[in-house]
Amino acid sequence: MSNVTLQESSELVPTYKKKSQKAEVWRRFCRNKKAVVGLIMLCVLIFAAIFAQYIAPYDPIEQNLKNRLQKPSVEHIFGTDELGRDILSRVIYGSRISVSVGLIAVGIACLLGGFLGAIAGYYGGSLDNVIMRFMDIAMAIPSILLNIAIVSALGSGLQNMMIAIGISTMPRYCRIMRSSIMSVRDQEFVEASKAAGASDFFIITQHIIPNSMAPMIVQISMSVGTAILSCASLSFIGLGIEPPTPEWGAMLSTGRDFIRNSPHITTFPGAAIMFAIYAMNLIGDGLRDALDPKLKD
Amino acid sequence: MEQKNLLLKIKDLTINYNTYDGIVKAVEGLNLSMSNGQTLGLVGETGAGKTTTVKGIMRLLPDPPAKIVRGEIYFDGENLLKKSKKEMRSIRGKQISMIFQDPMTSLNPVMTVGDQIAETIRLHNDISKKQSFEEACTMLEQVGIKGERAGDYPHQLSGGMKQRVVIAMALACNPKLLIADEPTTALDVTIQAQVLEMMKKLIAQYNTSVIMITHDLGIVAETCDYIAIMYAGEIVEYGTKQHIFLNAKHPYTKGLFACIPDITAEDNKLTPIEGLMPDPTNLPKGCKFYPRCPMAGKECENENPANKEIENGHFVKCHFV
Repeated sequence: MSNVTLQESSELVPTYKKKSQKAEVWRRFCRNKKAVVGLIMLCVLIFAAIFAQYIAPYDPIEQNLKNRLQKPSVEHIFGTDELGRDILSRVIYGSRISVSVGLIAVGIACLLGGFLGAIAGYYGGSLDNVIMRFMDIAMAIPSILLNIAIVSALGSGLQNMMIAIGISTMPRYCRIMRSSIMSVRDQEFVEASKAAGASDFFIITQHIIPNSMAPMIVQISMSVGTAILSCASLSFIGLGIEPPTPEWGAMLSTGRDFIRNSPHITTFPGAAIMFAIYAMNLIGDGLRDALDPKLKD
Repeated sequence: MEQKNLLLKIKDLTINYNTYDGIVKAVEGLNLSMSNGQTLGLVGETGAGKTTTVKGIMRLLPDPPAKIVRGEIYFDGENLLKKSKKEMRSIRGKQISMIFQDPMTSLNPVMTVGDQIAETIRLHNDISKKQSFEEACTMLEQVGIKGERAGDYPHQLSGGMKQRVVIAMALACNPKLLIADEPTTALDVTIQAQVLEMMKKLIAQYNTSVIMITHDLGIVAETCDYIAIMYAGEIVEYGTKQHIFLNAKHPYTKGLFACIPDITAEDNKLTPIEGLMPDPTNLPKGCKFYPRCPMAGKECENENPANKEIENGHFVKCHFV
């Protein structure tokens, strides 16, 4: 409000203009240059994923054994892999799967884990105990093992893989949400809201969750990368994406055998994964700052 | 006490906290009534059970550990202790609202103050977001904050302004009863005076009844019509402002007045009440004040004194009146 001059404010008096909270957050987000760069990077990825068939210079699964293991050149900017497929095209098509797995698996984990964590943290008592003991059990199993178990129970495929990765990362979200909710729950404004007649649902969604989002957002931005890697490792053991379909993680793992003589096969998909993770981290940091009104101006 | 337009009647209210160390008797056998438009001051030292009593009225006590063991709370003729959770929610904020002690923590830091007031209005009235926001701005003007500050976050306001916002929130739905739990404790003295003045004005304007919890007898003198002095979960003396200030009978009340510094007196030592509040898990058998009482006699040790009406509307719980 500091930039509102006296004259303007006196004009505002009869009809108070309500500043939308979303617009406020967006404005603060745009001020952060790094966050904007991250957002542009994510947009590039999403653009590549949607329009892959128009951008990619070659068919990503067309083999050309005469041209195998080519170094980057004008025809094949990123070179070719061990079956003569164009790596640039494969990286572009791979963004479809990697980006969607990353975002959707994390989405599942954070919605499910966040919801359970919110309930456990807010109500406490035996409900908290039951939920958290289940989470402890899930956390005790190595996540790759849990992934394998779930995928083999549900059957392989993109969708089931997303569900598996989502479920196996959920306990972490649950814990984070629970602890931050517990720190907010006993603050006086929650009691004040209760005294004003608000329902539990209203208090959780309006007061508690917005005040406990910061660690969740950081966790989300960090774990998109992990999800992409889990997806790669599942593909590697044959439980994720079927071989000819391009996927960054799978490209990495098949390229391992040729890393001494043809490092470009692993370099480019690796760079693509790094690009995606870096974009998410920048956005996550920017979003966390934008959501905290105390850092405003 | 007058029976017509009775707003609140508490009968034999007993609230315990069940803890590992034993049962804490926070409020015991409390009787209280107030009628429309009255301002009642609830005075007592820390731990006397003032906040527990009012949270009991609001049914906001955390259960467990708190337990309302027996008693009845009639508000507008209806027993609040028999209400369902949903019915209670529609009473809170709309009929009875509460101002909390610390304005620094009783506002949500990530919501603008206008939104917070508007939210309270929308909880109880079926109106659009825009309308409720405009009403929130009007409420802010009422408590002396410019309407355009409605878009500010709590950290952009000073402590006194935050407390004004809290008061605006509490009065937004025009409640019949306002419970103010030490509303000025966290403010400095000049702001205290301003806030109290503004509260008095609004209370008169809205014709709201108020329970004012405080341990500052100065505030009581300034704002309240009736005063209840609480000690260890009981009301030891109750009466009008005149009764208490001019004709205090209970030794505890007298002790409280002796603690007020007198600027005209040469002697600048205060006379404190000796000792501490009794351990609430192990209260004295007879009169709760007995261990600290300068007048204590034999009967005080074993027998809890009855509530005696010594003049019209002036009740004292002591053997020696």
